[in-house]
Amino acid sequence: MTEETKAPATERPSGEGHRSDGPRSDGPRFGGDRPRFGGGGGGRSGPGGPPREGGRKFFRRKKVCKFCTEKIADINYKDYRLLGQFVAESGKIVPRRLTGVCSPHQHRLATAIKQARNIALLPFAGRAS
Amino acid sequence: MNRTYELMFIVRPDMADEDLEKLIANLESTVTSAAGTVKTVERMGKRRLAYMVRKFREGVYILLTIEGAGAVIHEVERRLRVTEPVIKFLTVRIDEEQKRLEKIKKLRDAKKKVSAQPAVVPDEAPAAAAETPATA
Repeated sequence: MTEETKAPATERPSGEGHRSDGPRSDGPRFGGDRPRFGGGGGGRSGPGGPPREGGRKFFRRKKVCKFCTEKIADINYKDYRLLGQFVAESGKIVPRRLTGVCSPHQHRLATAIKQARNIALLPFAGRAS
Repeated sequence: MNRTYELMFIVRPDMADEDLEKLIANLESTVTSAAGTVKTVERMGKRRLAYMVRKFREGVYILLTIEGAGAVIHEVERRLRVTEPVIKFLTVRIDEEQKRLEKIKKLRDAKKKVSAQPAVVPDEAPAAAAETPATA
């Protein structure tokens, strides 16, 4: 990084003809600023902390299947309160990448939700009014 | 070929109780005449519908468990369709699901028994130990 920034600065006087350097040509002052940025970049290994902290901030707990952990064997269309947890505000079935439900359970869940919709226990669209 | 079905239907909320009883009795006789049996009748009561059905916002839910061949369901559904106060119905076959659940239950019980038997002995020992300080 630092070498690259230095290189154009030294080449700049000779390299006025280069179009790529054109924008930089009117920036002797910017050249003065650049080392600061470079310093910032060089210090990045030190302040490398912030991005890592950010990574920690976005650390997600591993999602687990509710039906596996709570050992709910029966996913029934009559149990609309349970099913309601897996239906978005819009009435859509929440995808399992968001809920963490395992594949076989999501399959049963989807069937049950569709049955519940059919008998007006859950809405097809929108909130149950 | 006997199968178990769950038949849930909704009747309009402004129906009188006697009429409802009559309707259920009628359905039961329909089932029995078609060589089926009604196992249970559950009145789930009045409930708000998730969406409007035939301009009704609520309805009375009733759940029947029926055992019999497919022809029974065919006949009962036909009846429900022509019965005016019934606004919605849903039939679900549950025998396979029940079989699956029983299997799971059996498996879990078997596992429990294995883990429960050794657990009983240490359970008693701390209980006895806990009692002695309490008495002393």
